[in-house]
Amino acid sequence: MISLSVLDLAAASALVLLLAATSFWLQLSLERQLLVAAVRSWVQLALVGLVLKQIFLLKNPWILALIGLVMLLVAAKEVLSRQQRRFSGYWSYGIGAGSMFISSFSITFLALLFLLGNQPWWEPQYSVPLLGMMLGNTMNGIALGLNQVTEKAYVERDLIEGRLALGQSSGEAVSDIRKRAVQVGLTPILSTMAIAGLVSLPGMMTGQILAGGDPFEASKYQVMIIFMIAGGTGFGVLFSVFTASYRLFDQRGRLRLDRLKSRKF
Amino acid sequence: MIRPKLPLLELRDFQFFDFVPCSLELKEGEVLGIQGASGSGKSLLLKAIADLVPNQGMAFYKGQAAEAFGSADWRKKIGYLPAVSAWWFDDVASHCSEWDTKGLEALGLDLDVLNWPVSRLSTGERQRLALVRLLSHSPSVLLLDEPTASLDTANRKLFEDLLERWLSVEQRAAIVVSHDPAQLERLATQQSVLKEKMLVSI
Repeated sequence: MISLSVLDLAAASALVLLLAATSFWLQLSLERQLLVAAVRSWVQLALVGLVLKQIFLLKNPWILALIGLVMLLVAAKEVLSRQQRRFSGYWSYGIGAGSMFISSFSITFLALLFLLGNQPWWEPQYSVPLLGMMLGNTMNGIALGLNQVTEKAYVERDLIEGRLALGQSSGEAVSDIRKRAVQVGLTPILSTMAIAGLVSLPGMMTGQILAGGDPFEASKYQVMIIFMIAGGTGFGVLFSVFTASYRLFDQRGRLRLDRLKSRKF
Repeated sequence: MIRPKLPLLELRDFQFFDFVPCSLELKEGEVLGIQGASGSGKSLLLKAIADLVPNQGMAFYKGQAAEAFGSADWRKKIGYLPAVSAWWFDDVASHCSEWDTKGLEALGLDLDVLNWPVSRLSTGERQRLALVRLLSHSPSVLLLDEPTASLDTANRKLFEDLLERWLSVEQRAAIVVSHDPAQLERLATQQSVLKEKMLVSI
């Protein structure tokens, strides 16, 4: 693996500085944002790198669990922030966290236990990056699917109530919306799988190759990751969409849009 | 001893949102006409009776409380026809397993409309088709929300005739919300007005 020196990084940062200078020259007023973002990403990644290094050395399962929890909560918050209409109370956060848990924790757990088979199975060097990748990649689909089901139910409330009025169960009345929401949630991962490797190499595979790994070995890892992400996204989306559509109705099968609150802009 | 007939639909201290609790009885063959300004909550009242919005108090069908029915069963007995009908498939025919062809003819609809895409239907056609679709579920009480709002005089007459024929069969009654006092005069056996969140008989 070719080690990067501080000088190499400085050279790369010159690109961002050049872009900022161009922005200033063209009066795009992006330079401030650009520099702040650049500094942020550098500091954040450097800190994460340092922290990860310590965690890999410590090998303490409790610290690992705590990190997993923090990652889950941040991901759930991100899913929540992308909802036009959210459920009131703990439901909004709960549905996001529950789906992210299913999509990422359970799948990462299975992969660590049965695919990688390290001793101990939670070996931080594998579990932390895997979990992070799962959370980051399944979040998108879950946020999309969840947003779709609540937004559609809101817009098509008359249609849903019209179907209920004909004696349909709440499940029947919302079935088309549910189906569409699952499709929307799965679209990103489906297209990712379809074009994998043809348009661009996935990030993990690129990283492994740059770090000197064998491209064919790297591709095997990448396939495993893609399948995990697909499975995680699929089950996570299903969980979020079904839970949300369940919560949209009360025990008497009435559509309860009053349980949603619109996002304040 | 002759047992007095139980009303088909009875509401006792029935309440929804911030409306004043109301009570009413609807016996076999009766039609309650409801008037009221736009936005006075007439549609909401019908929806509440169909148990589509949260409500308190008691609603009975033939003496049996609404809670004793599953919500879907209650809505099959108490058939609510919204002012704007719901269509979720692309074609008309799929919306009902057994279209009543006689009902379609009685409302002046050509049987060919069943093969049409929903997008081709006019508002009036939708309204009439929605009624035929609702009747095919054989409800016992109809809750009709402005059922003839998009119909011309001739079609309005066909609708009223069909409703009267439907009511002539045993165990049937209806509540009709309308902005047309003359129509309520023709159809209703009793009338109420919804005003200031209160249902008052007139």
